[in-house]
Amino acid sequence: MLSIKDLRAGIEEREILKGINLDIKPGEVHAIMGPNGSGKSTLASVLAGKQDYEVTGGSVTFEGKDLLELAPEERAGEGIFLSFQYPVEIPGLSTTNFMKTAVNEIRKYRGQDELDAVSFLKKMKEKMALVEIDQSMLSRSLNEGFSGGEKKRNEIFQMAMLEPKLAILDETDSGLDIDAIRIVANGVNKLRTPENGILVITHYQRLLDYIVPDFVHVLYNGRIVKSGTKELAYELEERGYDFIKSELA
Amino acid sequence: MDTITYFKDRFEKLQEQQLDSRLKSLRDGAFSAFEQTGIPTVKHEEWKYTRISDFFSKDYHFTTDLQEQQFRATELQPFLLPGHENANIIVFVNGHYHAEHSVLRSEELEIISLEAAAHNQYAGIVETHLGHSADYHKDGINALNTAFIQEGVFIHIQKGKTVNHPVYIYNVTDARSGNIFAQPRALVHVGENAQVEILETFATIGADESFTNQVFEIAVEENAVLSLYKIQNDAANSTIVSTTHVHQVGKSVANVVTISLSGGLVRNNLNMVMSAPYCEANLSGLYLQSGHTHVDNHTVVDNRQPNCLSNELYKGIMNGHATGVFNGKIFVRQIAQKTNAYQTNKNILLSGNATVNTKPQLEIFADDVKCSHGCTVGRLDEEALFYLKARGISEATARSLLLHGFALDVLEKIGSEDVRQYVNKLVTASLNLG
Repeated sequence: MLSIKDLRAGIEEREILKGINLDIKPGEVHAIMGPNGSGKSTLASVLAGKQDYEVTGGSVTFEGKDLLELAPEERAGEGIFLSFQYPVEIPGLSTTNFMKTAVNEIRKYRGQDELDAVSFLKKMKEKMALVEIDQSMLSRSLNEGFSGGEKKRNEIFQMAMLEPKLAILDETDSGLDIDAIRIVANGVNKLRTPENGILVITHYQRLLDYIVPDFVHVLYNGRIVKSGTKELAYELEERGYDFIKSELA
Repeated sequence: MDTITYFKDRFEKLQEQQLDSRLKSLRDGAFSAFEQTGIPTVKHEEWKYTRISDFFSKDYHFTTDLQEQQFRATELQPFLLPGHENANIIVFVNGHYHAEHSVLRSEELEIISLEAAAHNQYAGIVETHLGHSADYHKDGINALNTAFIQEGVFIHIQKGKTVNHPVYIYNVTDARSGNIFAQPRALVHVGENAQVEILETFATIGADESFTNQVFEIAVEENAVLSLYKIQNDAANSTIVSTTHVHQVGKSVANVVTISLSGGLVRNNLNMVMSAPYCEANLSGLYLQSGHTHVDNHTVVDNRQPNCLSNELYKGIMNGHATGVFNGKIFVRQIAQKTNAYQTNKNILLSGNATVNTKPQLEIFADDVKCSHGCTVGRLDEEALFYLKARGISEATARSLLLHGFALDVLEKIGSEDVRQYVNKLVTASLNLG
């Protein structure tokens, strides 16, 4: 469903991604691991369409469409979801209103009718249970004053509401304690289907105990330097990223 | 003829017509103050960013010259605020109080002319409070209104009463046949333990220039609660100088929300004078401007007694070539220990050509006080915009959601559900930036 070929991107003349190749098929979970500064978050941002980054080469196709030609909101409409590493606080906008708008804008993009209030509420209730989130949190200003765990749970709640084809989880585990990781991972696992793909970006292996990947890739210095199965993640955890560096040297 | 001569001529006629008036000496004093200070120019410290003097180089009709009013009640129709049919209505046309268009629904309320009030049982109240705002405005424009007080309104809220119907004040300027200079004037007395909600708006009819110089003084007695919502959504050919002077005589609560959506030039002076311990004042404002409009909010919170609390929150969204000013003064007198005074002004500039000048001014003479102030001027948060777009929300919708969210905490200060929804609708409409 997603095919990245020789993707090069950077910010202000500095190349960060130096030729990424990656294929994700429906139903697969891929993990991208790598040390700080290797380009993990840049990859996530470029896929979601953040303007700060300039794509200098290569291609990204998503279900046959040239993803790089689409605006961020169109990418979301096509079924791409980015769970933010740092979800933004939005004063004066409740999660409920946010989701109502997002769900309906995406439906509009897909040529579907707006969801009526009853169906929307029903869907909300169902997805709230999935990530153990309560109504009061959804009525509050989006992410404002939320703890790290609440923000990430809210991200997964949004993912559940929007039912993406491809979910990109950018450091969803960062700053979370083990209980929060478990809740978030459970939410993600319940959303796994044979049709959708998941790209987990993480620094540590521990999230992958809960969201078990089919493939693990090591991103280093803007390139995928090693790919393997979940065992690779254990190896990284055990030996640290230095062994990759020494292998490359 | 220069401005001062022009007004002097009219002033002398007015004084001759009303020889018995008890307001005569007040007017005399005000006119000499006007003669000394004149219309404030940008050289005046308080008017540095707001230029009103240009208007006086034009040939204005002056309200006293207009004997025949063409205005009919149906002409108010386009400007009616929601809840109008259940409200006490006060209509000013070109600065004159129009009894025939006004409606009194609440017996807790009395509405009479200032001239009448100066001669009856309210004479003491009028003498104490009428013109009190002059202490805070050493400029000719305030004095000019006082110099021409004749058909102002006195509104009295009986002590111990809650006025069940809100009071709606329409300041209409009829500029269909010539430029208009209108000077509405009102004095409100909120008696002990009384409660009242006042909503006022400004409307210009016609295409000629209109200048409204309004002075609205409110005295709030012990345990009274005043809520005042000011909605400014006037035409581009209008200029408004609106002075609202709230004098908290007794321990009381005053809430004032000022919403400025459009209009050529708007200058609001809002004074909260806390003359009793344990007063509470809440001042909120939202200004949302585009085109070549100008909005200026000057506020004064004067803590004259200990233990008072004031919360001030003003927010601005500026587009096009709009210019904005916020100037927030807080005085804490030496005696006013344990004052809590908070002030925030936040602005978003949507265009490179829009500007805001914001200035907090704290003058604190007591040593045991809590005062804070903060102001920001920035652009719409790009990170937030991307976050919303990444959820499938279009650029235009994302922008209006963010801006609405920014404005929301001011809108929430509007206690009346009807009014809040109405203002919310206006704000949402003007945020649909396309």
